[in-house]
Amino acid sequence: MENLISIFLNSVFVGNILLAYFLGMCSFVAVSQNMDTAIGLGFAVVFVLSVTAPVNWVVWHYLLKPGALAWAGLPTADLSFLKLITFIAVIAALVQAVEMVIDRFSPALYGSLGVFLPLIAVNCAILGTSLFMAEREYTFLETLTFGVGSGVGWMLAIVSMAAIRIKLRYADTPEGLQGFGITMIVSGLMAMGFMLFSGITL
Amino acid sequence: MDDTMKITHSQAFKTFTEPLGRNNPISIQSLGICSALAVTVQIKTAIVMGLSLTFVVAFSSMIISLMRHHIPRNIRMIVELSVIATLVILADEVLQAFFYDISKQLSVFVGLIITNCIVMGRAETFALGNPPGLAFLDGLGSGAGYGVVLATVAFIREFLGSGKLLGYPVIPQSFYNAGYENMGFMQLAPAAFIIIGLLVWLQKALSKEKG
Repeated sequence: MENLISIFLNSVFVGNILLAYFLGMCSFVAVSQNMDTAIGLGFAVVFVLSVTAPVNWVVWHYLLKPGALAWAGLPTADLSFLKLITFIAVIAALVQAVEMVIDRFSPALYGSLGVFLPLIAVNCAILGTSLFMAEREYTFLETLTFGVGSGVGWMLAIVSMAAIRIKLRYADTPEGLQGFGITMIVSGLMAMGFMLFSGITL
Repeated sequence: MDDTMKITHSQAFKTFTEPLGRNNPISIQSLGICSALAVTVQIKTAIVMGLSLTFVVAFSSMIISLMRHHIPRNIRMIVELSVIATLVILADEVLQAFFYDISKQLSVFVGLIITNCIVMGRAETFALGNPPGLAFLDGLGSGAGYGVVLATVAFIREFLGSGKLLGYPVIPQSFYNAGYENMGFMQLAPAAFIIIGLLVWLQKALSKEKG
């Protein structure tokens, strides 16, 4: 249990996938202009991550990992080189399924999130989380916690960024720095803030 | 005849050089910075990353462009992704086989080339509407432009952060004796964000001066 809490806190703060590993930058820069869309995309990422990470764990452990096919009588098979293409296919399929479910049950949510879902399929944060899961050899519960934690961390970062950018509209930013430049610098300052959590151990 | 030759030549040249300078993928198009920054603590890893990306984006653009008349429009994303993923797996396997140490340092970031917006972006916007030769050059230029930015960031971070270039110490010992210290901050993640921000500022300022 303690282990899970520390994985969660670590993935939200110190090892924030956006601010420490630079994953999911494209949509972060593009979407943080507006608070509502930032919150919407944040929720979409949390949701997609908490589904894709465990599913990919199952695929990795029972199909791809070296020796994973022992249950099928092939203990020496090693399909780990298929990791990248399988993970991305699983993610794309799941995102498509999520999109259809949302479209069916909540047209309002689909109206605000629908545009982002295809974006999410190629969001590095989603694939990155699955790859980290495989590299760090997490158990199933750890993977679930890590997936949710990464999503929450990403959402926290994008929502705070949107809030800062609203304030920035009234700031006197040098001309060449406006837009992308200042977003990067603010992210850097935010990343510094998030790193302060690294002193905390459970 | 002569004129058309000249045009294709200049167009090919432009296709290659445009993404390198004025249209540089990182700072102007603001795409593809995703996985870029995590590998910029050292120049060596940054260069390997740049080369892998150039390989992937050039060949994926060429292959997708070759197939552009046969890809049904509504499944084009899946086709593009499978071409890109196959090339990334190739690059990853080659790195693991011949440059194991670097491949360990790059960890998941080579794999993340798949989701790099540059590769997908070039496939979507350029390769689907242009012949293979041009698409290849466009990919080569985009990849090289990305590599140049990565190497620049890595140069600043390695030089200021550990006083080394490509792993060799370049700051003389006498500086350290006189009280110079490496800037540990440069080795941390926030530094990369700030350097990119400042580079964008520099580039914008320069391009404005040029007119």
